[in-house]
Amino acid sequence: MVIRETTGRKVFLVFNYLFLGLVAFLCIAPMINVLAISLSSKSAAAGGLVKFWPVDFTVDSYKYALGKNEFITAFFVSIKRVILGYFINIILAVLTAFPLSRRSTVFKWRNAYSVFFVFSIIFSGGIIPTYMLIKYLGLLDTIWALVLPSAVSVLNVILLMNFFRELPNEIEEAAFIDGADYWKVLYSIYIPLSKPALATVSLFILIGHWNSWFDGILYMNKMENYPLQSYLQTVIVTTVNLTMSLEEMEKIQKVSDRTFKAAQVFLTALPILMVYPFLQKYFMKGLVLGSVKG
Amino acid sequence: MKRKSLQQLPLHLMLLPGVIFTLIFSYIPMLGIVIAFQKFVPARGIFKSKWVGLENFIYLLDMPNTFQVLWNTVYIAIMKIIAGLIVPIIISLLLNEVGNKIFKRTVQTVVFLPYFLSWVILGGILIDVLSPSDGIVNKFLGILGIEPIFFLGDDKVFPYTMVISDVWKNFGYSTVVYLAALTNIDPGLYEAAIIDGAGHWKRTIHITLPGIVPIITLMAVLSLGNVLNAGFEQIFTLYSPLVYRTGDIIDTFVYRIGMVNAQYGVATAVGLFKSVVSFMFIMLSNKLAYKYAGYRVL
Repeated sequence: MVIRETTGRKVFLVFNYLFLGLVAFLCIAPMINVLAISLSSKSAAAGGLVKFWPVDFTVDSYKYALGKNEFITAFFVSIKRVILGYFINIILAVLTAFPLSRRSTVFKWRNAYSVFFVFSIIFSGGIIPTYMLIKYLGLLDTIWALVLPSAVSVLNVILLMNFFRELPNEIEEAAFIDGADYWKVLYSIYIPLSKPALATVSLFILIGHWNSWFDGILYMNKMENYPLQSYLQTVIVTTVNLTMSLEEMEKIQKVSDRTFKAAQVFLTALPILMVYPFLQKYFMKGLVLGSVKG
Repeated sequence: MKRKSLQQLPLHLMLLPGVIFTLIFSYIPMLGIVIAFQKFVPARGIFKSKWVGLENFIYLLDMPNTFQVLWNTVYIAIMKIIAGLIVPIIISLLLNEVGNKIFKRTVQTVVFLPYFLSWVILGGILIDVLSPSDGIVNKFLGILGIEPIFFLGDDKVFPYTMVISDVWKNFGYSTVVYLAALTNIDPGLYEAAIIDGAGHWKRTIHITLPGIVPIITLMAVLSLGNVLNAGFEQIFTLYSPLVYRTGDIIDTFVYRIGMVNAQYGVATAVGLFKSVVSFMFIMLSNKLAYKYAGYRVL
């Protein structure tokens, strides 16, 4: 079919491309600017000369950051929490999602369990009681404070559950006739069949642990126990969170090492930027999984 | 009958670890809400701290900034909800008109990126680019002859800075959701409309838009649960005493009273208020979501 384009349509299309191009540019421009600053010399950055391309290109700020003990210590705390948190989260997510994906006619406790889990995400005791609990359990300043409170991530459980539900029930019936129990069904049939869903959920868990920082600030008293994002949070807010006049604040901002901060921001974002191409693809899948209703 | 319940034992065992963790880390803190009715001293714990009834709540009502904080929270949260609904609809409809696949994918990829970065990363970037003296935004405004704006330090501007930067982080997500919904619209409808002589504009109004109304309704209704969530991680990273008047929200208020000033009872009282109100809104939004979109969480 031949579609004739009217003049009005052509004008619209041109503006549409321009407008969307501008929107995309505005989204990424702040990042490019700060990236350029991180790769520029201190004086060029302080003089406000850097736009979207480094001025007096140098990687000194990156070298300085990577040579700094606090940064490296925090990096390893992050690695530790991501790995430990990942295994706890994924195992619990699979173990929780599988029974909940059974029909309530087969597993009559299913709905009671699901109310139990859903209520835990829609009502909360708030941060003070949670903090006190962590304190009384003796978990402050330990890695467990970063991985145990979020051990069951209900949103990932829902995603996996929806995927498990899509698998035909006949599999289960056939397995029973062969004398298998639910453990065997989960381990030998559901897990191998759910690799795409498990990959999606895995990425979400890894990103989630890498990105969280407030728990580090809340539960860690000693700086050396901060994960990277918590450490970075204290680095970037030091200039704005003090009570001072506008003049003082600007002075401090000028002398403070702008390129050094920028470099640390990008080093911390680097793992996410590296997995981003996969993330986008898997996210679309996750979206499809999540939208499936039982 | 007996055999059947035996078979189900593995299911209960699988759920056991998740149930235990949830009991400890979600349900025990819910019991900890009693702190709101105590003059809580950590060394004494919840069993030996002094009970004070509603004293913490009365103290809050007498505090001059309680209502200001509540207002700030609702004001910022509602602006975020509205902007977070409208912007992605417009962008996804415009992207849907784009014929060039590479351009479309590039725009999608770029606008979705900030969603995956934490508020610490985005905060670090924002603090730099929005600086009144050296930031690129004010440099650019300077070229246009506009006086530097202190986006993060001027309490008249701060709430809007929060809304716009929140849109920046999150609109890519909803845009992708709407685009996915748009691809599900039956192409036959468009073909029929073209035969009937409907132009692009008419097709957008009568086919495209109605095609995504269910998902828009769902997103709108579900966002109701966020009326008291003005964005703790964002504001905690970007605010300062300069902007407390308009930028202090319930969550940052609770953090400061509780964790900084150690007034645990008062902070828990505020937290309890927030939990209860949020709970009611979430229940309402899920009722509506089920009624209008057939949506169920679990």
